[in-house]
Amino acid sequence: MSELPSLHVRVWRGTPEAGDYAAYEVPRYESQTVLDVVSWIQQHLDGALAYRYACRVGMCGSCAMTVNGVPRWTCRTHVGKVAEDGNLEIGPLANFPVIRDLAVDMDPFFEKWVKAGGVFHAGATRDDPVAEIDPAAETRQIADAGIECINCAVCYAACDTVAGNPDYLGPAALNRAWTLLNDAKDTGRAAILEAVTGDGGCHSCHTMGSCAAHCPNGLNPLESIAGLKRAAARSFFGKGS
Amino acid sequence: MIRPHRRHPLWFAFILHRVSGLALALFLPAHFLMLGSVLEGAAALDAGLAWTDNLLAKIAEFGLVFLLAVHLFGGLRLMALEFLPWSPAQKTMAAASVALAVLVSGGFFLQAV
Repeated sequence: MSELPSLHVRVWRGTPEAGDYAAYEVPRYESQTVLDVVSWIQQHLDGALAYRYACRVGMCGSCAMTVNGVPRWTCRTHVGKVAEDGNLEIGPLANFPVIRDLAVDMDPFFEKWVKAGGVFHAGATRDDPVAEIDPAAETRQIADAGIECINCAVCYAACDTVAGNPDYLGPAALNRAWTLLNDAKDTGRAAILEAVTGDGGCHSCHTMGSCAAHCPNGLNPLESIAGLKRAAARSFFGKGS
Repeated sequence: MIRPHRRHPLWFAFILHRVSGLALALFLPAHFLMLGSVLEGAAALDAGLAWTDNLLAKIAEFGLVFLLAVHLFGGLRLMALEFLPWSPAQKTMAAASVALAVLVSGGFFLQAV
């Protein structure tokens, strides 16, 4: 068993109607992640604890939670880096409706991806030849900078504009729109610009940068949103659609 | 208490821009009141200006110049962010806008006292 002092963990338990933090003692191990802690509680102390995870290696974007007040991907967050004097407070992601305990309803998040024009606008069929894309092209490199998003919603939970404006599309959806806008195969440029410049679009961003500060994959949605604002301005002044 | 997810330079730049803008908006009526006093003659304006001729008022004016400068330079940073090609040096630019504001307001204060 562990030689290290145990962790004092507070986990949010409850339903949308009512809930509170419950305290648990969890053994401390080397290289332990926050997801390991949550899983240990669920396996050894309280089988009814609801939470969500899948890949455990930072690819699926399922396991994001609020850890000591900061949204994080828990599978790749080491306890040693975030525990404060052996204390961990783990809650559901902010800015989401809670389903139960640590599981939140992601529907509003993904609905906004669609609303931001985030569905690929195909211009060719399977009968057409495969489009040639130059990896060195400037637009391709811009798109590449944003496509590693794993939909974990950490940026959405970190964003105070999302908290204050329920209509705001949020950093992830706008980042997705920006990557499509720079994708040579996407034919929906006008539709995307219209989608991201309406109410709750890119101009609602207050440039706080919490999305970029907390993105676990090191993406920069703030840069993408600034790009959308520039594209919208160019379009407005007739410098390209 | 600033929540943990907000503790990063660009959020502080955001709140500084908001608070400075709000404080300047609150100051404006006093500014217009003082300027408006000239309508009652030079003596009325001079009396108002004489009231500001003490160290406490100079310190307050230093704060005011800092707010004005930090809002100006912070606003230029935001306009550059939104209209110029992206620069990854956003934190540096936010820090530079505060540094320039300190320089301007500090220069004002040294000259005023």
